Amino acid sequence: MTDFNWLLALFLAPLVGAVAVLLVPKGADKLAKQVGLVVSVVVFALTVAMSLQFVPAEAGDFQFSFAYDWIPAFGVQFAMGLDGIALVLVALSTSLVPVVLLAGWDDVGPESRGSVKGYVALILVLEAAMIGVFAATDVFLFYVFFEAMLIPVYFLIGRYGGARRSYAAVKFLLYSLFGGLLMLAALIGLYVVSGDLLGTGTFDFTQLVGLDIPESTQRWLFLGFFVAFAIKAPLVPFHTWLPDAAAESTPGTAVLLVGVLDKVGTFGMLRYCLELFPEASTWATPVVLVLAVVGIIYGALLAIGQSDLKRLIAYTSVSHFGFIALGIFAMTTRGQSGSTLYMVNHGFSTAALFLIAGFLISRRGSRVIDDFGGVQKVAPVLAGTFLVAGLSSLALPGLSSFVSEFLVLVGTFERYTWAGIIATIGIVLAALYILLMYQRTMTGEAPDEVREKVHDLRGREVLAIAPLLVVIIALGFYPKPVLDVVNPAVDRVMQSVGATDPAPQVGGPVAEGTQQ
Amino acid sequence: MNPMNYLYLSAVLFTIGALGVLLRRNAIVVFMSVELMLNASNLAFVSFADIHGNLDGQVMAFFVMVVAAAEVVVGLAIIMIIFRTRRSASVDEANLLKY
Amino acid sequence: MSPFSGAVASVAEPSSAVSEASGVFGLTWLLIALPLLGAAVLLLGGRRTNPWGHWLGVLMAAGSFAVAVVLFAGMLGLGEEERSIRQFLFDWVFVGTFEAPVALRLDQLSMTFVLLITGVGTLIHIYSVGYMSHDPDRRRFFGYLNLFVASMLLLVLADNYLLLYVGWEGVGLASYLLIGFWYYKSSAAVAAKKAFVVNRVGDVGLSLAIMLMFVTFGSVTFEGVLDNAAAASDSSLTWIGLALLLGAAGKSAQFPLQSWLLDAMEGPTPVSALIHAATMVTAGVYLIVRSADIFNLSETARTAVIVIGGITLVMGAIIGSAKDDIKKALAGSTMSQIGYMILAAGLGTVGYVFAIFHLVMHGFFKADMFLGAGSVMHGMNDQVNMRRFGLLRTVMVTTWITFGIGWLAILGVPPFSGFFSKDKIIEAAFSVNAVAGWVTLLGAGITAFYMTRLFAMTFHGKKRWTDDVHPHESPWIMMGPVAVLALLSAVAGLALGPTGLFERWLEPVTGFTEPTPPVAPAVISIAALVLVLIGAGIAWVTYARNPVPEVAPAGNLLTRAARADLYGDAVNEAVFMRPGQYLTRWLVWFDNRVVDGAVNGTAATIGGLSGRLRRLQTGFTRSYALSMLGGAALVAAVLVLVRL
Repeated sequence: MTDFNWLLALFLAPLVGAVAVLLVPKGADKLAKQVGLVVSVVVFALTVAMSLQFVPAEAGDFQFSFAYDWIPAFGVQFAMGLDGIALVLVALSTSLVPVVLLAGWDDVGPESRGSVKGYVALILVLEAAMIGVFAATDVFLFYVFFEAMLIPVYFLIGRYGGARRSYAAVKFLLYSLFGGLLMLAALIGLYVVSGDLLGTGTFDFTQLVGLDIPESTQRWLFLGFFVAFAIKAPLVPFHTWLPDAAAESTPGTAVLLVGVLDKVGTFGMLRYCLELFPEASTWATPVVLVLAVVGIIYGALLAIGQSDLKRLIAYTSVSHFGFIALGIFAMTTRGQSGSTLYMVNHGFSTAALFLIAGFLISRRGSRVIDDFGGVQKVAPVLAGTFLVAGLSSLALPGLSSFVSEFLVLVGTFERYTWAGIIATIGIVLAALYILLMYQRTMTGEAPDEVREKVHDLRGREVLAIAPLLVVIIALGFYPKPVLDVVNPAVDRVMQSVGATDPAPQVGGPVAEGTQQ
Repeated sequence: MNPMNYLYLSAVLFTIGALGVLLRRNAIVVFMSVELMLNASNLAFVSFADIHGNLDGQVMAFFVMVVAAAEVVVGLAIIMIIFRTRRSASVDEANLLKY
Repeated sequence: MSPFSGAVASVAEPSSAVSEASGVFGLTWLLIALPLLGAAVLLLGGRRTNPWGHWLGVLMAAGSFAVAVVLFAGMLGLGEEERSIRQFLFDWVFVGTFEAPVALRLDQLSMTFVLLITGVGTLIHIYSVGYMSHDPDRRRFFGYLNLFVASMLLLVLADNYLLLYVGWEGVGLASYLLIGFWYYKSSAAVAAKKAFVVNRVGDVGLSLAIMLMFVTFGSVTFEGVLDNAAAASDSSLTWIGLALLLGAAGKSAQFPLQSWLLDAMEGPTPVSALIHAATMVTAGVYLIVRSADIFNLSETARTAVIVIGGITLVMGAIIGSAKDDIKKALAGSTMSQIGYMILAAGLGTVGYVFAIFHLVMHGFFKADMFLGAGSVMHGMNDQVNMRRFGLLRTVMVTTWITFGIGWLAILGVPPFSGFFSKDKIIEAAFSVNAVAGWVTLLGAGITAFYMTRLFAMTFHGKKRWTDDVHPHESPWIMMGPVAVLALLSAVAGLALGPTGLFERWLEPVTGFTEPTPPVAPAVISIAALVLVLIGAGIAWVTYARNPVPEVAPAGNLLTRAARADLYGDAVNEAVFMRPGQYLTRWLVWFDNRVVDGAVNGTAATIGGLSGRLRRLQTGFTRSYALSMLGGAALVAAVLVLVRL
């Protein structure tokens, strides 16, 4: 089994599954969902089996790598490999898909515009694209997946979403395509530049790292990539597609959209912007930091002001993506490890929030916060899980987001004191938006409509949410498995950028090392 | 006879054809004018073949004839259909395909 | 870039050795694990655990107390310098040089807190079995209580500031859940949220302090920070101190973050006794005393602590003097007493020991009184308005006696516990700063006034309750724990204070210097007693001898201000809440109209332009032919021109 191509198998499995789902006869909706669920669980099991063979000590290198010639004329390869950062993000994607399918079992039914098996197949295709985008080690391949992800999501929003689904879907598509176009231009530029410097042009990531690209060229190329990622992440002011898309899509789609898809933006910043264009990244750092800090505060304030449950959660994510970008561009190991961990933790906590809010909304038939109240009385388990998910979102110590948020803050603070201080104020606003939402929906007297329509979580829903909460709590107290694989990869990024951590004022441990 | 004169004739015929296309409303006449333009170019090709002393132009003229014949088939069929549905062969009235 | 850089001195050698846990001390983790297990079972177990859930809660708290006693005995068997014990559990957060493991530190300071938390905690658990017996959600209540005990123990046992932070917010969460326990009451839900958010403001301070520590020392462990404190620059130490103070102010309800504590009385009374009187709100004092090495080196930070403590001391006392709600009057008193502790902690090595001493004594007598108040409410159909009480001593004898002991203790009447702890604080304050001394002295007088007012209005004077309430004594399961606390309030001070046991116990951790007040300690004691007598006398005459109106009179300016919590909420509302609401509303408009408007505007502009462009497609074949001809002519012309 040593030469078994784990990564390729992992990438192909959901595609095969999607085809299988499409072959299910018309009308056999339940069978389609069951096949989809089984496939996603198998993919997750594959991920676990693969992760067990991952060598944490060498997490800075790409493991399970393979490369096939794809378009030899342009040096394009179908090349994949995982470093520590990519591994945890792939694991995040493959673990969320079964949860989403299980939680959204009844979100799509015969009354929907699209077919059920189409929905399941689209999600599996999306899963394959997500694995591909994180695993690609060829920049062109990355770009292909980056754009390919849009297709399933466009249909997921546009066919299965809420009332204003086509508006949201088109907005999402156009916004992302615009970013993708800039990235394509930069990509071609990168190819040409690599041709000038290396003799033959290449898209191979490992060859492109450390390329001595002239500074002005670097800046233009950086901007092309960065804007695409900033739209995808999204950073303020490119964020307005997110609330629309998240609010109009089904909860499951929203989870994959905000929980995983948007991470491609921040992942891209860390992997591609920083490592390919180190000087340009340093040059752009002040602007990015300002955008990130503004995003943290702005997103939080907007979340406080929302009257729509799903839009509120979407805006909290805008704030959180500010934190992630902040940590990445702080150029410290703390900040970048924290950001990577944040991507994972945010995936889980937002997933829980969106899914539970989805349960609540589908019961009550309204997304407006003021239509709720006193839910804790009629549905204590639902309220309890919602509170835990919310507390994770506000980064309560002991839950997973805290570790990452604190690392981001400390990593920022040690280099950019003021950015760190302002970002820290975000934690007060986070408490406000979560607890205000909880107070308005869950406490007080229950209106009649809530009393009649809202019932507590059922077995399937508990089964879907429980793993998320377990992970949230477990990673809060024991983030070691993730940190073990992330830290070496971050060290590599830091090396590529040529950044080092600031030294403490006095004393402290002298030995440099990431492992105990 | 100076072969250039054939070219002049060709130019005149082409101009007449073009003007016919632009100025006449009847689809059949427009069609005839198009044919005139095609044949003007045929004449030019043949003249050039004569001037240069090779057969390239003549080959080209045959091509044009074949294409023109095919065009006549499709074009006349379209005009027939338009005439049948509208009882008129005016090109100005067939303006639904706009905006 | 950083305003916190400064001269770098040589790194000091660690002053006290910390040994790894062995033998009986290997059980330290059980202290936290037991109540945590209880909380998990009770909160996850659901209705199945309803019949026996409360007893499990009590058992877990008592088990934790038993472990604490065993550890205490083990610690007494060690020499003074060997009593700092570290137990490493597992790796937690580690990135590069940043390392924060899950490790516990058991020394004299944390041992004191552990005994207080588990001891008083167990008593209050037992009391709650009776107090909450009619509540359908009693199991959930005990789950939260256990969660609180576990978090509080984590707070005081953590070996690094980051882990302390986990406990710090853990108790905040437990407090949030318990204040909002009766979530169907909007007022409770709002109060809970307010408590959490205000605490979060304080937590910003603690976060910043931890970051500053890492930037300064490259470490966040107690060892790494405190042992190297001498090497850091003054400005760094001052900023760390001030940030810690902000954190302490949030958790301990000190000015300007005091406003949440009075609202927190929405929670069930045992919660007020355990969390908002005896333990959680004193976490700020713990934080400052734990960080003594930093405060010792920064005069500015110490002064700030004294000022904040002094302001809160007076504010709390004034608010306590005007409230008619028995729990809110007690809450004002708590604020004020914690002001005492914070002030004492700001005095430096003369004060740390007394701050903790008063903290423990306060834990006893304030819990005693809160539980007494709970007993009164229990007998009075949950009424809290003292103007409707009066003469309860005739029907609630046990409550009256136990409450009376607590009352004498907080007044500082010898030989009750408050006398020994508060007197020492006043002495220490005078030995550092005359103003601080006078504030504490004056505070003693006001304390006597408001506590006597409370006591007299509740238990003495004329009967003022309506005929539909039938006051009765509470069952033994409630009064038993109260009696134990009353006993402790009566004798603990005498046992630990004058004997010097407490000072010697804590000295190796906090350091201690004998206070040297400008006048003889006896003079200060007598002055304090005189002030107490005056304050108590005025209150007794006004509220026991003379009739108390059943509807509160309008009162003078100060009374009205005090009733409105000295306008703390009004200020918050005017400065933060209203502008904040306008800001968010405006931002929502801005985001929808301007930011999103720009996006949609771009789309609309392009759409409009293409609409215009579409008009070129007229549908007239001949105009297409003309444009084709024109195009062909243009191409030909260009070809000709280029050829030329």
